[in-house]
Amino acid sequence: MLTIHCPNCGVTAEETEFHAHGEAHLKRFGPGSSEDDFESYLFMRKNPKGVHFERWHHRYGCGKWFHVARCTMTLEVFGSYTGQTSVPPQQIIDTIQDRRPDWVPAQDQA
Amino acid sequence: MSTRLATPGRLIDTSQPMSFSFNGKKLRGYRGDTLASALLANDQMLMGRSFKYHRPRGVVASGAEEPNALVNLGREGRFEPNQRVTTTELFDGLEATSQNHWPSLEFDVGAINARLSRFLPAGFYYKMFMYPRSFWKHVYEPIIRHSAGLGKAPKERDVDTYEHFHAFCDVLVVGGGVAGLQAALTAGKAGARVILLEQTDHWGGRAPVDGGVVDGASVDNFVDETLKALQSMDNVQLRLRTMGAGVYDHGYALGYERLTDHAPGSAGPRHRLWRIRAAQIITATGAIERPLSFAGNDIPGVMLASAVRDYVVNYGVSVGDRTVVVTNNDNAYLTAIALKNSGLSVPVILDARVLPDDRGLVAQAKALGIRVMMGHGVSSVKGGKRVTGVAICSQAGEGAVLEEIACDAVAMSGGWSPVVHLWSHCGGKLRWDTTHACFSPDVDNPPKGADGMGFVTPAGAASGMFALDDVLHDAHAAAEGVITCLDMKLPKEVTSPVAERREESPMAPVWMMPHGASAKLRAKSWLDYQNDVKVSDVRLAAQEGFVSVEHAKRYTTLGMATDQGKLSNINGLATLAGALDQDIPSVGTTTFRPPYHPISLGAIGGEARAEIFQPLRRTPLHDWHEANGAVFEPVGQWRRPYAFTRGSESTHDAVMREVTNTREKLGLLDASTLGKIIVKGPDAGKFLDMMYTNMMSTLKPGKCRYGLMCSENGFLIDDGVVARIDEDTWLCHTTTGGAERIHAHMEEWLQTEWWDWQVYVANVTEQYAQIAVVGPNARQALERLGGMDVSKEALGFMDWADGTLGGFNCRVYRISFSGELSYEIAVDASHGQAFWDALMAVGADLGAMPYGTECLHILRAEKGFIMIGDETDGTVIPQDLGLNWAISKKKDDFIGKRAQERSHMTDPNRWKLVGLETLDGSTLPDGAYAVGEGTNENGQRNMIGRVTSTYHSPTLGRGIAMGLVHNGPDRMGEVLSFPGTDGKTYEAKIVDPVFYDKEGEKQNV
Repeated sequence: MLTIHCPNCGVTAEETEFHAHGEAHLKRFGPGSSEDDFESYLFMRKNPKGVHFERWHHRYGCGKWFHVARCTMTLEVFGSYTGQTSVPPQQIIDTIQDRRPDWVPAQDQA
Repeated sequence: MSTRLATPGRLIDTSQPMSFSFNGKKLRGYRGDTLASALLANDQMLMGRSFKYHRPRGVVASGAEEPNALVNLGREGRFEPNQRVTTTELFDGLEATSQNHWPSLEFDVGAINARLSRFLPAGFYYKMFMYPRSFWKHVYEPIIRHSAGLGKAPKERDVDTYEHFHAFCDVLVVGGGVAGLQAALTAGKAGARVILLEQTDHWGGRAPVDGGVVDGASVDNFVDETLKALQSMDNVQLRLRTMGAGVYDHGYALGYERLTDHAPGSAGPRHRLWRIRAAQIITATGAIERPLSFAGNDIPGVMLASAVRDYVVNYGVSVGDRTVVVTNNDNAYLTAIALKNSGLSVPVILDARVLPDDRGLVAQAKALGIRVMMGHGVSSVKGGKRVTGVAICSQAGEGAVLEEIACDAVAMSGGWSPVVHLWSHCGGKLRWDTTHACFSPDVDNPPKGADGMGFVTPAGAASGMFALDDVLHDAHAAAEGVITCLDMKLPKEVTSPVAERREESPMAPVWMMPHGASAKLRAKSWLDYQNDVKVSDVRLAAQEGFVSVEHAKRYTTLGMATDQGKLSNINGLATLAGALDQDIPSVGTTTFRPPYHPISLGAIGGEARAEIFQPLRRTPLHDWHEANGAVFEPVGQWRRPYAFTRGSESTHDAVMREVTNTREKLGLLDASTLGKIIVKGPDAGKFLDMMYTNMMSTLKPGKCRYGLMCSENGFLIDDGVVARIDEDTWLCHTTTGGAERIHAHMEEWLQTEWWDWQVYVANVTEQYAQIAVVGPNARQALERLGGMDVSKEALGFMDWADGTLGGFNCRVYRISFSGELSYEIAVDASHGQAFWDALMAVGADLGAMPYGTECLHILRAEKGFIMIGDETDGTVIPQDLGLNWAISKKKDDFIGKRAQERSHMTDPNRWKLVGLETLDGSTLPDGAYAVGEGTNENGQRNMIGRVTSTYHSPTLGRGIAMGLVHNGPDRMGEVLSFPGTDGKTYEAKIVDPVFYDKEGEKQNV
C-alpha cells in the first residue's frame, strides 16, 4: 500500500485514503472529433513500465484531484502536483530526470 | 518411542500440568508445551495423513514450517481446521482431532492411493481425468472431492472477536531471536521508535537451544539482559505471539497477533491485525532447516535435526530412544550431542561429507563416543507408521545397502535456508550463496520505498549469517545502517556484542541421497510432504517440458500446500535444476507472497462484521418506519421501507394496498434519500449544460426540469429533477444510490477539465427530509396544514416554491414520479419527523398512508417511467429508452454527446424500450429473455429482448412489464415468447410502455 502526498491539503497518507484514476494529462475530444482521436481519448491508455503520470483523488480527505508522477516498476514516487495543469511542472520533470537520467518527457519524444 | 525426559525443558513449567485430548484420548502436558511437544511426550508420533496418498505422517519440524501435523482444533463456535501443532500452545482442556483420514487415523482407506502412486504421477489430474468427458462431473469429481482436501470448514458462527491496530514507527524489527533483539537494541539506543515482533511466546529464537557464549556469558544470559534493556526503553514496543505476516509497498507491514489462542474464552479479541507503517524494516526472521531427500524420509519419526534438538532442549521430550543423525553440515552434530547429553542413544551420525580433519562439533561428537560415518548416507528408512531403522549406503553410490541399523528416530539436516519471505514480498532480490547452498537477500537490491531507497534490511540468519558471532555483528550493522537512513545518530559507546566463534567445517550441498539414487529410491524420496511431491515427480515434470520453476510448481503442486513450501522449495528447485542440468540460481525461485504463514480471516475482517460491517444510512424518519411495520430493503447504504405491513398482512398485500390507496386517496413517501446537489456560480448554467443531455441554462427560476446524465461513453448514468433556485443556483436531484457518485462526477469535471469555470457544487442530501405527498387528496391535505398557496394556478406542474406549511419552512416541488397529483416537500432534516406527523394527522380522514419503494416502483412502471438500474445497466443510452425528447439538439457539446454519435450507438438494430403485456394477465419473470428464430454459434436460441421491470399492477389488475426489444417500437402488437426458469414459457404482447393515464391528466390538476 503506497503512501501518497496530497499537494492541496499537505497530508501524506495511506493509499486507501485516496483513489487512483489512471493516466493523467489526457486531452478531451468532444463532438466533431475524428473517430481515432475520440477512441484514443476514451479508451487508449499508456501502461508504461517505469515513469508514469497519474490522476489521483483525495477521496476521504480534502476531496481534491491532483497528479502524481511515479515509477510503476519500483513504486518510487517523484512528486505530487496540482490537478489544474495539462502538463507536468518543470520541477517534477527535473526530479525525474535527476533520478532517471535516461527518461525523456513525452512532449520531447520524437 | 517418544517420551518426556526426566530433565525438564527450558520452556516447560512442570508445576503446571494440563490435560488435553487428541482424537478423544485424554493426555497430559505442561504449561509451555506446544501441542506438538505434548503429543510427542505422550508417544503420539502419528499426527496426520498426507494430502494425496494419505500416508501416515508425524511432525517433522518444531515451528511455523511444519508441513504435516495439522489438526482440527476446538469445537462449535471455536472449531478451526488446519491448525499446526507446532505453533499451537497447549492449554488446559485443548481438544484436537486429526484430519484427512477415513475412517481413522490409524487405518485409512485412502492410503490405497499410495499403492496406486505409479498411476498418480505429477500432473495426474490433467492426464487421468480428461476422458471420457462425461466422467468428470459424475465420477472423478465426486471421488476427488471426497478424498481430497484437508480439514473441514467450520459450520458454526465464530464466537470470537477480532480487531485491527494501526501503528507507526521508525524501525520495525521482525523476529525476536538474538538478531532481532540486538537490532532492536541498537536502533532503540539511537532513539528510534522501534516495534519488535516475535511470532512465538518466548524471546531468543533458537540461539539458546544451540548454545554459545556472548560477551563472556551464556547466550541465555545475553537474551535476558538484552530483553531487560529493551523493556526499559520507552521508545521500544515488544510484542510476543505476533508474526510479521507481510511486507508491502512503502514500508507497510502486517503483524498478526494471537492474543487468546492459548487461552480461549478469555476477555478481548482473539486475534489482532497490526497495520504498521514503518520508515525502515529489519527482517530478523532466522532460517529454516532443509530436509534431506532420501527414500522414506516422510515416515513418522524422521524429523529435522533442529526440531529433534528443540524438543529435547526446550520441552524435555525425546522423539526416540535411538536416533540416527544424517547430515551434510556441522550444525546437526548439535542434535547428536544434545541427545547424548540427555542420556539418549545416537547409534551413528551419517555425514554425507568427507572431511580432511575432525574439528569443532565433529570432534566433540567423536569425543562423546558417537560413531560418525563420513561419506555415508541413508539408502532408505525402514518402517511404516513409525521408523524402525535405516539402511546405510555410500553417499557417492547408487544406494547399495552396507549396513542396517535399528532406530526409532532419524534426525536429518540438509543445511539451512534463510527466511527471505518478508524481504522478498515487496520485491527484494535474492542471490545464491554457494558456501551455504542457499538463497539469501541481495542487499544491493532491496525493496524500494516512495523515495526510491531501500526500506528493508535483513539481519542475522535471515541475511545468510549462521555463526552466532556473525549473526550479532550483522544485526548490529543492520540497525546501524537503518539509523543512518533515518538521519539519526548512534551514540559512540554503542557497539556490537562479541560471541565466541565455533570452529566449523564447511557444509556440502546434498540434493539427493545417495547421489546416484535409483528410480525406485527417488519415488520414495519426498520433497513436499503435505502435497506428496517426490523427487521422481519433479524429474518427470522436467522431462515433460516444465522447465520454468513456476510451471513445474503448478504441475507438480510442489510448495502449494498450506506451508507454502517452507521446507520443500529449495530442495525442489535444486532437484529441478539437476534434472534440467542447470545451476540453481539460473532456475530461480518461485515468488514469495504474503502472508508468511496463514492468518485468520477473522483477523483480516477485524471489527467489520455484522451490523458494523459497513455504515448504515438512516433517514430522519427511520425510527417511525421501524415502529410502523416497515419491511426494509437496502438501497445503496440506505435502508428504505419496501412496504409498511399491517397486522398479519403479507408484504405483497401491503404493496397492493399502498398502490390502490395512493391512486385513489393519499400516499406519503419518505423521499429523503434522493440525492440533492446544489450547483452554484456564474458558470453553473454552462456547467449543467455539459453535465446533462438537456438544456439546463434556459430553465427559469421557480421551474423544474427532468434531466438525464450520461457518462463520457454515452451511457445513461443517472436521472432526476433539476430545479433552478435563482440566477446562479440550481438544485439537482439524483437517484438514491447516485448522490455521492454524481457529486464526485461533477467535482471531477470541475477540478480536472474546467477548473477555470466559476462553479461550486455541494452535496446537501442529508440536510433535508423530503416527503412526497401523492394522490388525489394531496392538495387538500396541504391546504389543511395551511400556509403557502398550493393551488394549480399558484404552483403548477413542474413548478417549485419556498414557503411555509403548517408552520414548517419548506420547499415544495410540484413533481410526480407516480402520475398522480404530487408534491415533494423538503424541510430541514431535524423537522422531518414533526412534519411527517403533521401530514399524517391532517391526512387521517383523507386516507393518508405511508408507502414504500415497491409501491413507488409499481406507480412509476404503470406510467412508463424508467428507473436507473432497472431499465439501464451501463450499456443503455437515452435513445434506447425513447428519451430523445430529453436530449438537447441545440447544444454543441455535453458529456456523452460525441460517444452517442458512434456507429454502434446510432445502429438501428439496438434493443429499445417497450411495454409488455402478458396474454393471460400473469406477471413476467424479472430478467427473462425473449427468444427469436434460430440459434447462435453455441447452439443457444437467439435472443431478441429482455424484461427490465415487471410487476403486478393492482390498478390494472394484471401483470405489466417494460423491456428492451430488438426494433421494439416498430413491432407493436407482436407477441414474444419468454422462457422462464420455472419451465413455463410466457407469451407477452409488445405495447406502449405507458399503461396508465397516457395523457397525464391526473398529475396535471
